[in-house]
Amino acid sequence: MVDFAGWDMPVQYTGVVAEHEAVRTAAGLFDVSHMGEIEFRGDGALESANALITNDLGRAANGQAVYAGLLNHQGGFVDDVVAYRFSPEHVLLCVNASNREKDFAWMTENTPRVRPVNRSDDFAQLAIQGPRAASIVQALTDLPLESIATYRFHEGTVAGVPCIVSRTGYTGEDGFELYCPPDRAEHLWNALLEAGRTAGLVPAGLGARDTLRTEMKYALYGNDIDDAHTPLEAGLGWIVKWDKGEFVGRPALAAQKSVGVQRKLVGFEMREPGIPRHGYAIGKDGQPVGEVTSGTQGPTVKRAIGIGYVPTALAAEGTPLEIDIRGRPVRAQVVKTPFKR
Amino acid sequence: MAENPKNVRYTKDHEWARRDGGGVVVGVTAHAQEALGDVVYVELPKVGDAVTAGSPFGVVESTKAVSELFAPISGKVTKVNTALADEPSIINTDPYGAGWIVEVEPSDPSQLDALMDADGYNELLAKTAT
Repeated sequence: MVDFAGWDMPVQYTGVVAEHEAVRTAAGLFDVSHMGEIEFRGDGALESANALITNDLGRAANGQAVYAGLLNHQGGFVDDVVAYRFSPEHVLLCVNASNREKDFAWMTENTPRVRPVNRSDDFAQLAIQGPRAASIVQALTDLPLESIATYRFHEGTVAGVPCIVSRTGYTGEDGFELYCPPDRAEHLWNALLEAGRTAGLVPAGLGARDTLRTEMKYALYGNDIDDAHTPLEAGLGWIVKWDKGEFVGRPALAAQKSVGVQRKLVGFEMREPGIPRHGYAIGKDGQPVGEVTSGTQGPTVKRAIGIGYVPTALAAEGTPLEIDIRGRPVRAQVVKTPFKR
Repeated sequence: MAENPKNVRYTKDHEWARRDGGGVVVGVTAHAQEALGDVVYVELPKVGDAVTAGSPFGVVESTKAVSELFAPISGKVTKVNTALADEPSIINTDPYGAGWIVEVEPSDPSQLDALMDADGYNELLAKTAT
């Protein structure tokens, strides 16, 4: 167990690689109850939440979620969030565990109208991910899951437990994130494991969650994105909807867009033995040019892969780089992402 | 967990050392591989490199962590387990056998006697278990 933002979290149950492979080929079950939930309710809820994030809840349907940046006035990430639109009067933002209090304070300070409510202690969250996730959950619910598309959600019961059933995840596989009352989470966990046993469902920990998301180049807050990096630098321009109107951070972001970004978050593969790790220097012709933000041996792609910021001129696919691994420059190359296809 | 064999000596850093003819074979313990998790990369010294007891001589990496290897004894590397380059996971599956890491020609074979025996190592593990 490790301490993760004050939560006791298992890094692994049986082994990172076995859990990773189970998610890619069958299904894995993650307890991600540490994630925070912040709610906007009442007249003007949608406008208020929308004024804080880069993506556009206005063009989403009820029952649809969007991935978005919550930015500071410099355009850097206060957090990355998934915003759920229940209705124009009800929006729920799922935020990172370590940012719960910071996000809540920021939203409270910057909301144009409706004040947010921190509901983090009212929800547990289980993520069931993998190609067999849907059939496993379907055995426990009357909701017609085939009608819930990616980034859509429904409220219903799973194994008798009232849940928000969201077709979202952080692994690159199909699957669901289930938000439920904390006192029912253990029952839901056991029911899912039981229902999925013959299909190969296994409990999965933080370690597999990290290798799975790294193979997809999904950003991890605090590693790949933070207060000092913008969505444009992080390759997340698609979560910025310029035609939605004002949002916090927009002027700074627009200024950066007009002059062009100076650095970009790229994916690279090692071309010599060695594994890139968070914090290692990225070099070019012997000069330090950036830093690795995430890296691992990818269990599915079977290569040592990494993510990091480099000057825009070095961000093109195929660009050779060097990663400083314990004082030794090891050859790497910028590649197309996601690493896993 | 696998039993810790009687015929090897142990360090507090969870390496083992076994006399084999004139040489000493070195690896990491069952406890070490379990704590590391799936080993995905091993950085080995070269044959002929000098190693010093208590000092790093290589690196083992799992999906989740990077750990230095500390030499149980001083001497010169005479063999490295090249099979680890293609299949580092044998450290997980057979830490005291096929998962050996290097063989060292000891400069002072009596250094082995200063290391823990299996009973001493089991005691250490029991004490550090939470």
